[in-house]
Amino acid sequence: MPNVPATQLKPFTTLWGRPAAVVEEPLMTHPSDTGPAAVLALKDISKSFGAVRALRDVSLELFPGEVHALAGENGAGKSTLIKTLAGVHRPDAGQVLLDGEPTVFHGPADARDAGIAVIYQEPTLFPDLSIAENIFMGRQPRRALGRIDHKATHAATAALMKRLGVELDPDRPARGLSIADQQIVEIAKALSFDARVLIMDEPTAALTGSEVARLFGVVRTLREQGSAVLFISHRLEEIFRICQRVTTLRDGAWIASEPLDGMTEDDLVRRMVGRDLDELYPKQEVEAGSVALSVRRLTREGVFTDVSFDVRRGEIVGLAGLVGAGRTEVARAVFGIDRWDAGEVEVGGRTLTNGAPSTAMAAGLALVPEDRRAQGLVMDMSIERNIGLTGLRTTVRTGLMDRGAERSRSLDWAVKLQVKYARIADAVSTLSGGNQQKVVLAKWLATGPKVLIVDEPTRGIDVGTKAEVHRLLSELAADGVAVLMISSDLPEVLGMADRVLVMHEGRLTAEIPRSEATEESVMAAATGRAAA
Amino acid sequence: MTVTAPTPAPATEVPKSSGTRLVDRVFKMRELAILAVFLVMIAITQMGNSQFLSEQGIKDLLLNATILVLVATGQSLVVITRNVDLSVGSTLGISAFAAGTYLQGGGNPVVAVFLAALLGIGCGLVNGLLVSLGQVPALVVTLGTLYIIRGIDSIWVGSRQITAADLPGSFVDFGSGGISAVPYLALIALAVLLVTAYYLKHFGSGRELYALGSNPEAARLAGIPVRKRILTAYVVCGGLAGLAGAMYLARFGNVDSGTGNGYELTVVSAVVVGGVVFTGGSGSVYGAALGALLLTSINSVLPALGVSSVWVLAINGILLILAIAVDRIVALRVASALKKRNARHG
Ligand SMILES: Nc1ncnc2c1ncn2[C@@H]1O[C@H](COP(=O)(O)OP(=O)(O)OP(=O)(O)O)[C@@H](O)[C@H]1O
Ligand SMILES: [Mg+2]
Repeated sequence: MPNVPATQLKPFTTLWGRPAAVVEEPLMTHPSDTGPAAVLALKDISKSFGAVRALRDVSLELFPGEVHALAGENGAGKSTLIKTLAGVHRPDAGQVLLDGEPTVFHGPADARDAGIAVIYQEPTLFPDLSIAENIFMGRQPRRALGRIDHKATHAATAALMKRLGVELDPDRPARGLSIADQQIVEIAKALSFDARVLIMDEPTAALTGSEVARLFGVVRTLREQGSAVLFISHRLEEIFRICQRVTTLRDGAWIASEPLDGMTEDDLVRRMVGRDLDELYPKQEVEAGSVALSVRRLTREGVFTDVSFDVRRGEIVGLAGLVGAGRTEVARAVFGIDRWDAGEVEVGGRTLTNGAPSTAMAAGLALVPEDRRAQGLVMDMSIERNIGLTGLRTTVRTGLMDRGAERSRSLDWAVKLQVKYARIADAVSTLSGGNQQKVVLAKWLATGPKVLIVDEPTRGIDVGTKAEVHRLLSELAADGVAVLMISSDLPEVLGMADRVLVMHEGRLTAEIPRSEATEESVMAAATGRAAA
Repeated sequence: MTVTAPTPAPATEVPKSSGTRLVDRVFKMRELAILAVFLVMIAITQMGNSQFLSEQGIKDLLLNATILVLVATGQSLVVITRNVDLSVGSTLGISAFAAGTYLQGGGNPVVAVFLAALLGIGCGLVNGLLVSLGQVPALVVTLGTLYIIRGIDSIWVGSRQITAADLPGSFVDFGSGGISAVPYLALIALAVLLVTAYYLKHFGSGRELYALGSNPEAARLAGIPVRKRILTAYVVCGGLAGLAGAMYLARFGNVDSGTGNGYELTVVSAVVVGGVVFTGGSGSVYGAALGALLLTSINSVLPALGVSSVWVLAINGILLILAIAVDRIVALRVASALKKRNARHG
């Protein structure tokens, strides 16, 4: 490999490989023989938040025509790095280079004007505005006199939706969109201008196979057109599917930048966590007990129809399906957040009241919701208080809250789930995305539920902790808890579930025992092809 | 960056879906509902007192609403950005007196109006700078400027008073004149209203006011110049309050140091009754204007029906709470309707 860049960056020399790893097609020619031309690069970037050193001397180069993965555990500094590239954070030290020239982005607008499109980890939509306006805010097509061309905005949005293969009405407000749809709008936003650099922070976390495939199709086209893409995902198979090179971070430090060609998932995990990983799906065989959750002919008009299933003590039941199949909606109705129109729900033999989460909780039901920002957490409250919230009743004696008990209980759970924080009294908003997810889990596990419904429990959680969450779920089941697990991560469903229920367009289309559950059988039922 | 209109638009119009129409309907309904309440109220009053809708009656109704409509329009801009301007009453008072003093000294009426508006813009500038630069909540900042401006006004004015006799006759005539039942002042307010509504709907910076009220953090990430926009909203709000001051002078011809005292609460009520949501991001200036019309006409309706005007305040309060309750219920309904639609096609 003769063409090592002239602008040698210290860390790159050690592990620099052939960036143009020919993984998918031999289209890649860069760094070209005429010399490297990174569109965007970071050089020895450092960034701290108070005492937390989120990035330490990190360097990264993005070349046109490559999809570059950024890997690392929760809290490794990936999102911070992205926000530095996007002009949201100003680095404490180091340089951002645009076409080789040192550049200072004074804000997100500067980065955007330089042709950098960013999908942030947490959706950043305007709930009151239409999808079309969300996508084009700040750069709407104009008519004479600088007036907005509403028609063109609408049409361009419809075209984007078509390109992504989704049916979303450009004129509907963003309020009430599911997490997956929100992510799709974010993706559309990023694709809506011809970016030279596309940065995506966990864009697939809430998406299922078919949407991911669409996204990757679009990404490939962009790459062929010479854009550079930076991609973050905790689903390693996605990294290997779409990326050519990977940069790994650990605790804010740069570990390696190397071609993915010839690497295995284990290699990558070792770079990320610095050790070999335990088994990802540590499923214990448990004898299923009595029925703990029984759902009978549950119907919510226009959302789901005639859904019946049981979950027994000791069982983990997976609920699979495409985005929009109604899985989350069933969970919400069972827990009492939404009302149902017909049917019945029993927990431990007790019939639940329609639309009353408090009776569901009293019966021993817990729901870990999919949208941690809107439903799971009070962002400005401390980690400790957030975990303690559900336990208010148990920690309240004599009408006053027992802060000591709350703190020790919270600490217990924070340690069990390896939440990475500076102080337990810090606001949840200062945590990395994955660590926020762990706090939501802790909050509900702390209630000691009899029936646990988890909606995308490992969304945005790194592989190491994913294994940890799986072990925890498995242990809970072994202790006699009935677990209903909604997940868009098919390997997770197959690896953890005793039985897989599949939903398609609001109906339960298949129930597949563990022994017969395969990607094919589940996908067939989820897409409505002849059920397995 | 140059705005490249992305992907050439397909020739065919994308048909509006049922969800859109539903939402459209609800938003239009919000304004229609106020209009309906207003019309019913007027009809009942007319039945009880046939004198109510005489030409002079209609004129009074419109004249009374005019000033509030102007100030409410400006206030809406600020409320849409998830802020508030409590100093509008003070601004109106001091502008009115400034214009009056100038006219008293033989000034030109047109210049006087500009003077009042300029003074208002100055007040708005101060508010806007304090809110957008200092990290202090708008409620606190503008409560402060409310007292500061009123204080300055009191020191300057003292126990002086301007009466219609001190003003040029043409100015006072303009204030009460009109084209048959429609006062000139109302026409000015209507023009301001139409321009503002058009701006909010069709210009990027107008839409950005909604965006930053809807989600300030996302607005920052989208590269919207948040501070500049908030500043603009306050400047317009202040300017309109100043203009309203000049109109107040023309209409009543009577200004002292207490003019506009407590007016900010009426303005905020009108805006909220009109469906501009206090947490920002939604509502229209038309709604706010209708809210203003509704609130002011209650003042004339009750006496016309022989009801003691002590009830006015209570009724205003009831309307306010009703409006908020209705908004809440509608919002929940829309949300659940959208959710159902969602599930159909993801
Ligand atoms: N605004 C902030 N204030 C304080 N600390 C912060 C802030 N943002 C990030 N951090 C800290 O910086 C570190 C890196 O966070 P970052 O969000 O970059 O992690 P990440 O690699 O994106 O993780 P994840 O995979 O969970 O999204 C974490 O320890 C986090 O707590
Ligand atoms: Mg992150």
